[in-house]
Order: sequence, then structure tokens, then C-alpha cells
Amino acid sequence: MIEATGLTKRYGSTVAVDNLSFEVKPGKVTGFLGPNGAGKSTTMRMILGLDTPTSGDVRIDGQHYRDLKQPLSKVGALLDAKWVHPNRSARAHLAWMAASNKLPKGRVDEVLDAVGLTAVAGKRAGAYSLGMSQRLGIAGALLGDPEILLFDEPVNGLDPEGIVWIRKFMHRLADEGRTVFVSSHLLSEMALTAEELVVIGRGRLISQTSTKNFVNNASGSSIKVRSPQLDQLQSVLQQGNLMTRIEDVEDEGKVLFVDGEVTTDAIGETAAAQGIVLHELTLQRGSLEAAFMQMTGDSVQYHAHDTQQAPPVPAVELVVAAEEKN
Amino acid sequence: MSLVTVERIKLFSTRSPWWCMVLALVLADGFVTLGFIFAPDDTVWRPADAVSTYQFGLMVMMVMATLAVTTEYRFGTIRTSFLSVPKRIPILLSKALVAATLSAVVGLVAAFGALGLGTVLVSDADLALTTGAEWRAVLGVALVYFLAALIAIAIGTLIRQSAGAIAVVICWPLLIEGIGQTIPKVGDFLADWGPFNRASWFILGNQGTTDGTADASDAVMSPTWSLIYFAAWAIGLLVISLVVAKKRDA
Ligand SMILES: Nc1ncnc2c1ncn2[C@@H]1O[C@H](COP(=O)(O)OP(=O)(O)O)[C@@H](O)[C@H]1O
Ligand SMILES: [Mg+2]
Repeated sequence: MIEATGLTKRYGSTVAVDNLSFEVKPGKVTGFLGPNGAGKSTTMRMILGLDTPTSGDVRIDGQHYRDLKQPLSKVGALLDAKWVHPNRSARAHLAWMAASNKLPKGRVDEVLDAVGLTAVAGKRAGAYSLGMSQRLGIAGALLGDPEILLFDEPVNGLDPEGIVWIRKFMHRLADEGRTVFVSSHLLSEMALTAEELVVIGRGRLISQTSTKNFVNNASGSSIKVRSPQLDQLQSVLQQGNLMTRIEDVEDEGKVLFVDGEVTTDAIGETAAAQGIVLHELTLQRGSLEAAFMQMTGDSVQYHAHDTQQAPPVPAVELVVAAEEKN
Repeated sequence: MSLVTVERIKLFSTRSPWWCMVLALVLADGFVTLGFIFAPDDTVWRPADAVSTYQFGLMVMMVMATLAVTTEYRFGTIRTSFLSVPKRIPILLSKALVAATLSAVVGLVAAFGALGLGTVLVSDADLALTTGAEWRAVLGVALVYFLAALIAIAIGTLIRQSAGAIAVVICWPLLIEGIGQTIPKVGDFLADWGPFNRASWFILGNQGTTDGTADASDAVMSPTWSLIYFAAWAIGLLVISLVVAKKRDA
């Protein structure tokens, strides 16, 4: 189990991680979700003792990473696939890692085999594609056969084939009963791999919950209505204090959307009472991305996939976060 | 011991250390060989004279040691190193030990190589090791190579960036302590107290100078104290760099 309490990291005036508390439960894949610049990598570096927290604490099964005796046998990590000397072979890279934790030499060939790099193990790592580097990184993480694994944006920049491979690998690790903590800025990716979610925005915790729960609670459902009497329906619904908007939808013409806490039943009955004809009445689940946007209010940054700083987290989200905890 | 293995694997699994070793030997022994061949026939060659070009090889080995650290920062492998050995100091110390040992071996080979070349190339050279001072001149090269590599590791660890660290490693002995000696007043101080000048005095000093002049240098420190002084610099810098590296974010 990984347990962070009040974790805070400042770089000069930048607050990268802000009073973050969460736990990563054993034997599950936990997603670490947040837009670029949210503080995911910084948090991972602190978990692994690479960066020292400005305040707060993070422990692995009650211990600081720095106090682990043979850390590779306890925690495997892939933070950046490019952290390899380009002129060193994959085998030599893993060989020194193995020697550092007194792991048997045979492990090197085992993990090379597990990630499918045996054939190119003698080649210099600088010549590897990103996908191959990523595999080498995973081989390094698996070297000590650790029960806990940390991956920082493992699918970033990979081709579809590589993404599928990583995804399958995560599932395999989870099936083996390992604890996996994997970060991503893509909710859709997390929805495919993670059972639990730790969601952060601008260094702060937004939500810690199951992925299912997060998607259900967060996805702002809306009701789609098509009708020849749209304007009339809209004014009736507005009188009932419902949030409505009329949009031009391609191939369908004008469509009315009703947002918020309302059921299709209620709208159908309202329409019938007014004698309004309905051509369509459907409940629409917001997309996962929309859910994330709603939760974090970071839509612009999220879509741009840029590295600018996230805008401040609005107070509303903190309320959401508080509710999530209950 | 296993951490020494780690650093040995790291060092020899890339090619540049090999090139550095060859270059160090070629430079150290190459320059003195030019002397053996082209110096006037009446030149006196003692062991200390044969090893007097040790500094050229030393520069190269210091660069090698510096790169052993800075390339780890450059390519991010330092983080993998610290993930493997989170206490940090043991692995950095092992790196220092491996680089310094390799440097010492090169120094030793360079020194005996120079004696051998001199014996072959200069028929009446008196290069037999008889006095303690003569032994000191030859074995001392290895010791100075060892300690200088520690200094290079320390500088690399503190500066973390190849170009900057190499600039310091080269400018310090050659520019500041070397050419700096030509500056009035400051120059005297550098000659007396510059660590690399002291190291030089440890190797080359008090060899029963043939021209009979007493060297001012000995008034400051004997060769033995010069070695201790140089070692204090090396160990001091290394300790500082290790403490800093342990505290700093990787
Ligand atoms: N070493 C550092 N020095 C200064 N600022 C940093 C450093 N590392 C991260 N930051 C800043 O901290 C914030 C969080 O960054 P990061 O943890 O990389 O986010 P993420 O991984 O979620 O994209 C960003 O604003 C980033 O610019
Ligand atoms: Mg990141």
C-alpha cells in the first residue's frame, strides 16, 4: 500500500503538489489521473524518494522508499523510458540494475523475454524506438519481481500497437495480484486499465474513488429531445427551472438538450400534459472526457494537451472532492 | 562489493572510457617520448623527468571521471541509480572508487611506460629506481591520478552538467594553477597552495636536483605533506558533493 498524507512540493513559487493525501490499495490497478502539469510526475518522484517533499509524507507499506533495503524487489518503477544511456545495451542496463540489488543474473534474461526484447538485447538502447524503450523500462521495473509497480504515463507517445501492448501488460500485472499505480492525463485510458482512481488537478486531490463511481457521478448526463415544437417545450421546461439549450446537430436539425438532475420520464410527462409531440427522447451519458472536464474545470487545458499551468481549481470541485470522500 | 560491480558494468558497457584510457596513455607517454627523441644528447633523464608529462594524461582521466557522473545526469540514469540504491551515497562512492582505481591504473601504466620508453630510446638514461624519491615519482603518479579522479567525480556530482563540469576540471589545474602562476602575488600563492601544484611537488619534488638549487616549494610543504594536502582537497570535495547529492532532488 502507498499512503500519502498532506504531500506538498514547491519549486520556487510553483506549487506542484498541494497538500495531497491518498492511498493506493494493494492488489489493484489504481489510476493517477490529472491534466498535464497537475503534479503526477512530481508525486511519483516523491513516492520514490527522488524528490524530497516540502512538507507531508509518503510511505510504502509504512516505510519511506529511501529506507527500503532492496527497493527493486519491493517497488518497480518506470517514470521515463528515455532514462537509459544511449550507448549501453539493454542487457548491460538491466545487468547493472540487477547487480545493484543482488538479483540473480538470470532475471535479466527473464524480464527481457517477458517484454519481448531478447532479440535486440545486445543493441545499443539509443537505437530503440519509443515503444522498445518503454518495454525496456518495464523490464527494469519488473527486474526485482516487485509487488508494487509505478508507471508514469506509460502510453504517452506510443503507437496504437504499443498502447494495446501496455494495456494488456497492466492487466496481466493486476491479474498476478500486484499493486499498480499508473498515471495518465487520459481518462479514457484509465477507464480501460484502472479499477480505482486518484484524480488530481493543479496539485490538489479532486477525487479518490472507484473508476466506475467516478464516471457515473461525474458524467453530466443530459437528455436529448427532438420535437417539432421545440420552442414551446423549452419555455415549459424553463418555467420548471430546468437547464435547457437548443443546438444545431448535424443531420438532425435543432435538438433540445436538458442538463442536470432530470429524468426522461419527467420530460415525457410534461410534454404529454402540454400536448407537445416528441420525436425523440433519450438519456445521454456524458463522455468520459466530458466527465473529467466537469470534475476538474480544466477543459481548455485538457483538450489542448499542452503543458501550460492549469487554472486554479474552482471551489466547486473541492466540494465535489469532499462529497466523493464521504 | 556488489555496488562496485554495478559501477564497473556501467563504465565498461560504453566505449568512451576505453578511448579516454588510450588517449591518456598516448598523451602522457607521447609527449615525453618526443623529449626522449628530440632533446639534446646531454639531457639528463631521471625517473621524475620521465614521468613529468603525467598531467596530460591526468586531464583526460579527470574528464573521464567527470563524464562518468554527468552523463548519468544527462541521460537520467542517475535516477535509476538512486531508485536502485536510494541512500545514494554508497552508489556514488562506488562510482568514485571505480573511476579513481581505473585512473590510478592508467597512471601507473603511464609512469612505467614512460620509464620503459626512456630506457629503450635513450641509451644512457639513468632510469633505474633506486632511491625512495625515485619510487615516489613513479608510484606517486598513480596516487595523484587516483585522487584527481575523486576531485573530478566530486565536481561532476556538484555541477551535474558535462560542459560546465569539464570546464572546471580542465581550467582549475591548467589555467588557474598553471597559467595563474604568472600573475604577480596571486601566482606565488597558487604555486604554494594550489592543490594540483602540491600534487606535482609530491611527484616531482626533492629529487636531489641536479642543478643544486633549493626549490622554494619545499619551504611550504614536503612532498609527503603535499600528498596529504592534495588528498584532503579530494576527500573534502568528495564528501561535500556526496552530502549535496543526497539532499538534492535528483
Ligand atoms: N524540477 C522542477 N522544477 C520546477 N518546476 C517543476 C519541476 N518539476 C515539475 N515542476 C512544475 O510542477 C508542476 C507539476 O509538474 P508535473 O509533476 O510534471 O505534472 P504532470 O506530471 O502531472 O504533468 C508543473 O507546473 C511543472 O512545471
Ligand atoms: Mg508528468
